[in-house]
Amino acid sequence: MQHHGKIERNSILMLILVVITISIGGLVEVVPLFRQETTIEPVRGIRPYTPLELVGFNVYIKEGCYNCHSQQIRPLRDKVERYGHYSLAAESMYDHPFQWGSKRTGPDLARVGGKYSDEWHVVHMKTPQILVPESIMPPYPHLAERGATLRNIDDHMRALQAVGVPYSDEQIANAYRDAVAQAQNELDPDDPLYARYGDKVNTRNFDGDTTITELDALVAYLQMLGTLADLQAYEPELATTKAATDETGDAR
Amino acid sequence: MADSIALAGAPANDVATPPRTETTVYNDEIVKKFTIATMVWGIAGFAVGLLLALQMAFPALNFHEMFSFGRIRPLHTSAVIFAFGGNALFATSFFIVQRTTGARLWNDGLCTFIFWGYQAFILMAGLGYLFGVTQGKEYAEPEWYADLWLTIVWVAYLIVFLMTLARRKEPHIYVANWFFLAFIITVAVLHLCNNLAVPINLASWKSYPVWGGVQSAMIQWWYGHNAVGFFLTAGFLGIMYYFVPKRANRPIYSYRLSILHFWSLIFIYIWAGPHHLHYTALPDWAQTLGMTFSIMLWMPSWGGMINGIMTLSGAWHKLREDPVLRFMIISLAFYGMSTFEGPLMSIKSVNALSHYTDWTIGHVHSGALGWVAFISFGAVYHLVPVLWKRDGLYSNRLVDLHLWIATTGIVVYIAAMWVSGILQGWMWRSYDSLGFLQYSFVESVVAMHPMYLIRAFGGLLFVVGALIMAYNLWRTIQGKTAPTAATPNTYRTQGAAA
Repeated sequence: MQHHGKIERNSILMLILVVITISIGGLVEVVPLFRQETTIEPVRGIRPYTPLELVGFNVYIKEGCYNCHSQQIRPLRDKVERYGHYSLAAESMYDHPFQWGSKRTGPDLARVGGKYSDEWHVVHMKTPQILVPESIMPPYPHLAERGATLRNIDDHMRALQAVGVPYSDEQIANAYRDAVAQAQNELDPDDPLYARYGDKVNTRNFDGDTTITELDALVAYLQMLGTLADLQAYEPELATTKAATDETGDAR
Repeated sequence: MADSIALAGAPANDVATPPRTETTVYNDEIVKKFTIATMVWGIAGFAVGLLLALQMAFPALNFHEMFSFGRIRPLHTSAVIFAFGGNALFATSFFIVQRTTGARLWNDGLCTFIFWGYQAFILMAGLGYLFGVTQGKEYAEPEWYADLWLTIVWVAYLIVFLMTLARRKEPHIYVANWFFLAFIITVAVLHLCNNLAVPINLASWKSYPVWGGVQSAMIQWWYGHNAVGFFLTAGFLGIMYYFVPKRANRPIYSYRLSILHFWSLIFIYIWAGPHHLHYTALPDWAQTLGMTFSIMLWMPSWGGMINGIMTLSGAWHKLREDPVLRFMIISLAFYGMSTFEGPLMSIKSVNALSHYTDWTIGHVHSGALGWVAFISFGAVYHLVPVLWKRDGLYSNRLVDLHLWIATTGIVVYIAAMWVSGILQGWMWRSYDSLGFLQYSFVESVVAMHPMYLIRAFGGLLFVVGALIMAYNLWRTIQGKTAPTAATPNTYRTQGAAA
């Protein structure tokens, strides 16, 4: 205590000591997450978002959906029964930023994909209370009226590539084409979109309208959520041991 | 005790110095600007909060896309934390660092830049939210260009603060300034690490954060929890360490305790972030570390509360006479309560129930309204007559009215959120006799309605209190005194009930 006087008389010394003191906890908790192969167990089926899903992801963020909806199912009995298999780290590995959320004013959306029809989502987004009279969700009719911004989607993918999402140059070069293709009626099985993103891609006119709207993109994103991981083949113990031998968990 | 005060460079000298001579030296114009901004943004932020509360009770109030819940929720949190809280921190830290060093703030021009630069940041961020411009990270929503701008303003703040400390006439740096220094530098570190992002091109507002997935979650809550720890706690403890002793006219209770709790607080806080991610895909070891340190955090937090409240030793009677001091002491009581509740909620088995529910919202508000806002109100009530050279406030009676309306509002608010949070948690996990989940999700939404009404009422009381405060300060600045100015006697009777 008597030596504390030295620190109190020297603002720069105090500044340096404060920086050291606050650095320790952060370094210990954050740095290993980048070094440990067990942080993200490899799971088959995980892929980066298609261009249209990525636009939908951005609509989700723009409207602040994460303020009321989580995307993280905890391994607790009732959560798993209500929402499905608990969330795996790999399932959000390409989310910049993560959308785990902190509040469930509405239900969790981590596995909402495929639970409801496209028509249900379209009506629900325009006026939630038509389908769920007790709902307190705001209406989003403007999404159906606003064209999705697809022109610069390759810029988006290039930025994501820069931060580590494994988009190939081919995927980026065909971004606009793929975005438009995904929102048309169902594609031929040999369409290059499937070659680029795998067969777990929903391709259809999501909102039933001729123009590609923000609602198309959002529904495409929601219908994909939680459907990518091959959970049948997933076994926690195996995944960890496999990590050492098999570096590429994504089966793209 | 007297020795310890001399060591810590307490404002003891300051108490004896007549305010008239201070004003010839100190830059109080900048403090005035920040004080006005504090009140303006405070009322705006509380009002948006009230609208959000009403939207949850009456969803028809989501009348336009720009004012729908998802867009204005960040507007509320940013307005209250960064606009109201930030301006309060600028005002008080600039006031305190001058009084406790005996030096004028370094470089008037840079101080003016900090003021307008910070207001510009608030407008940039807030207007962006209405148009859907957001990074989608809670409490770090502003996009890359606003983040860069804030970095410039913040570096200027650090420089002004350090240069003013360098000019000090006291050999020792007073304890309030330790907290401000830790707050400024740590917020800079948090802001820079959490907001690293790659814009899609330089003409676009849109960027993608460098961190993704699990790492993004850990770094975000390392940031998020320490925005609480350093912005809303360390900074406001700095306010407490000057204004409570000043108002009570007593030295800080224990110099040793302030050293001990300062270093342990800043060391332990940093570890607590993972308690926001219990049972998620974050590795278990990180969750366990987060929980362990969150529980340990209880002690340094209470160190601050004890040091503040015990400063009144031998001066308890002042609580009866001075409603401004009452604000400060009630704020410390809320600080103590929410820093006990926090460690409790960080225990994994409690968190399994409380996470994602309104309990978290209640916890945040007992800290933000009870601690942060109340200590700021106390400081502003003290500052305004000093800055505008008035003999006192327009009306102490109105301060008292504000105190009780706002306290009632907070208690109503947090009680409603406890009930709704725990109810939600139970409804989500209840099973019927056949082993099925008993409630659909929407049944839990319906059950919340009465609590959301009560919460909105609590929020309304808080807003009304702030409007009373604004009126009182406005009349004080005009140089008015209330016609029915309360005599000390009336306070004695009112205070006895308290």
